[in-house]
Amino acid sequence: MDMTALLLSRIQFAFTITFHIIFPSFTIGLAAWLAVLEALRLATGRPVYRVIFDFWLKIFGVAFGMGVVSGIVMAFQFGTNWSELAKMSGPIQGPLLMYETFWAFMLEASFFGVLIFGRSRVPPWFYLFSTAMVALGTTFSAFFIMVNNSWMQVPTGYVMENGVFVPNDWTRILFNSVVWSRFPHMLLAAYLTGAFCVAATGAWYMLRKIYHAESRIMLRMGLGLAAVLMPVQLFFGHLNGIYVNTYQPSKMAAIEGRWNDEKPGSEVLFAWPDVENRRNRFAITLPPPFGSLIDSDSLTAGETGLNSIPPENWPPVAIPFFAFRIMVGCGLLMLGLAWLGSYLSYRHRLAYNRPLLWATFLSFPLPFVAIITGWFTAEVGRQPWVVYGVLRTADAMTPFLTAQQATISLVIFCAVYAFIFLFGTFYIYRLIRTGPDRKPFPHLAVPNRPMSLAGEELIEEPNHLVAGE
Amino acid sequence: MVMFWVSLLAISILLYVLLDGVDLGVGLLFGLASGETRRRAMLSAVAPIWDGNETWLVVTAVILWGAFPIVYANLLSAFYLPLIVMLLGLILRGVAFEFRYKTQRLRWIWDLSFAGGSLIATFIQGMTVGALVEGLQFTNGEYSGGAVGWLTPFAVLCGIGLCLGYALLGACWLVRKCEGKVRDVARRQIPVLAVGVLAFLVVVFAYALAENLPILDRWIDRPYLFVFPAIGAISAAVLAFSILNHNDYLPFHMVALIFVSAFGTLALSFWPYMIPSVITVEQAAAPQSSLVFMFWGCGLIVFPLMLVYTVVSYSVFRGKVRTTGGYEHH
Repeated sequence: MDMTALLLSRIQFAFTITFHIIFPSFTIGLAAWLAVLEALRLATGRPVYRVIFDFWLKIFGVAFGMGVVSGIVMAFQFGTNWSELAKMSGPIQGPLLMYETFWAFMLEASFFGVLIFGRSRVPPWFYLFSTAMVALGTTFSAFFIMVNNSWMQVPTGYVMENGVFVPNDWTRILFNSVVWSRFPHMLLAAYLTGAFCVAATGAWYMLRKIYHAESRIMLRMGLGLAAVLMPVQLFFGHLNGIYVNTYQPSKMAAIEGRWNDEKPGSEVLFAWPDVENRRNRFAITLPPPFGSLIDSDSLTAGETGLNSIPPENWPPVAIPFFAFRIMVGCGLLMLGLAWLGSYLSYRHRLAYNRPLLWATFLSFPLPFVAIITGWFTAEVGRQPWVVYGVLRTADAMTPFLTAQQATISLVIFCAVYAFIFLFGTFYIYRLIRTGPDRKPFPHLAVPNRPMSLAGEELIEEPNHLVAGE
Repeated sequence: MVMFWVSLLAISILLYVLLDGVDLGVGLLFGLASGETRRRAMLSAVAPIWDGNETWLVVTAVILWGAFPIVYANLLSAFYLPLIVMLLGLILRGVAFEFRYKTQRLRWIWDLSFAGGSLIATFIQGMTVGALVEGLQFTNGEYSGGAVGWLTPFAVLCGIGLCLGYALLGACWLVRKCEGKVRDVARRQIPVLAVGVLAFLVVVFAYALAENLPILDRWIDRPYLFVFPAIGAISAAVLAFSILNHNDYLPFHMVALIFVSAFGTLALSFWPYMIPSVITVEQAAAPQSSLVFMFWGCGLIVFPLMLVYTVVSYSVFRGKVRTTGGYEHH
């Protein structure tokens, strides 16, 4: 076992999956937003919804393409770097990923084609149906990924046979109670990402005094949706805390920076966890029973501290501790912004409040930061286990992987990703800066080439694929 | 149930080789082509299909993991560096399809990444198969060949062979989809490439005889396997005939048939092993509970629907791509 290779493999997985999650979390929200827009257009007949729809469809296409491309790598990494995990948990994780791939392929790929091509070829109700199917496809993807990850957090429904996890109860794996607080948490996070990106775009246009009608709708709908969803999200976040406290005491203790068992527990708001001396420096702490109230919904419950867990089972304390606080901080900022913005919008004063427009415009990174730090909390907090309590990350790695191989792969991953994804992000930025096109949508793109939706801005048009007579 | 999933795996691999072989092959020929007009026409011939083609690679990977986890874990980790380089090659060529049209000055970068990515991915795929045929070093069911245990002259030869094969497939596709100069150049390339592929097959066969590869025993055991090379030989004859007759449609089908027979030959000479002489299909199969769960939710209905979707998306883009007009505006 090469410890350097282990560290590099972990960094590589973290890097590739962090890059990947940015795009699906954006497109899941956007797909739902597109479905809503199309429904509104059908219900009201207002052409402005069509303009906004076509605009966001293009952005969806680029982000969707980037998500697909970066996702291919994920289907291979379990085997290349984590062959022991792949062997042992393959009978459970393999089928779940297969469901994800097959269902996504069926729903997203085929109905996405209708979205691009079919506007003039299918009846309006079918077009709306296709939009909804694409949204459903992305939701299914998210569901199976969350089932898969939840099984790694709280393994269930299996027996061990010859060192292999053999599933014996798929209903328990699929309807694991943990899934039903984590999946909505992720789904809501994706919706909020969509909402804030839409609102930020609206705010940008309003600040630049362009696209008046479109920007008003984007702002009002984006902020309004966020104002409703944010409290729900906080509630599901709380439910997630309850599951962590029940099943993963070491993660909870790290998140809370709690060293000693307490009954009832106090709540550390801010601190600098000093792992070496097992204490918090510069701590600002709410007295008991706030910790028990937050972690266990109880005034008297006892809370576990890290000192009663063997240090070899601790996660790296600082990462979940800080990542969690950044996530919550982003969430609270978004809540404040969404409520204040919606209130002003309701009073018809938002358009004149430039500071708040600026704040909304600049808020678009918040949901992404919250999602990434949230995942850091969940995944780093699960360490040193890959399947919590059963299989250690160190035992899951490909046994013969060398540091040299891992270094080479990590370096080329970083180089290629940085190169390509910066380009892609730049194209999304350019699309958004240019804004909606009020002319009818050109049918340049094709179903299998989502990224070609950005084609309107081409220096020259590619003139691809005009099928012959 | 195991047979069901082996069949789906075989279909997925075969579809991947045939479909992505086309656009990887066009990518290889793209590197040889000069002039923007020709390059554009070549890209147009594969642009609507490449993304869907690559999906079959992911489908193959997840079937392998879900239904045959031991093989997935062993092969992917044994081919660590080549696989990762291949994935990045595929990513680079994938984005090149779009990005090359977004810049004038830097277009050469994306053209290079398109041709280079295709070359890297093809070569590695061929090399991987070659290394498997020759046999990887395993100890107690675990790969023990080291970081470059797959790198042998035979594997390199197979890598080159697949480059020729994909290029042949790509050339036939161009003849079928294009008109004018592109078609004429591709038509001239076909005999050269076909002879190259033939020479490669002869060398492989001679090498296998000389080295007495274990895979040869299967052929002595099962003479009926020779039906596949026979199909291949007939296809090659029809291919030569159709080229002489300037037929646009037949060559592609014949080369596809040659690929199918080569695939059948390989698959049946592997059987019952998945990794030759190390792990059999039965040993590799996931527990029954996993296979059944995937059968109802994925294999039974969704997989056939995916096949239908592939057929439909190809039929939407049937016929020649129009290469006249529209290209000259700069």
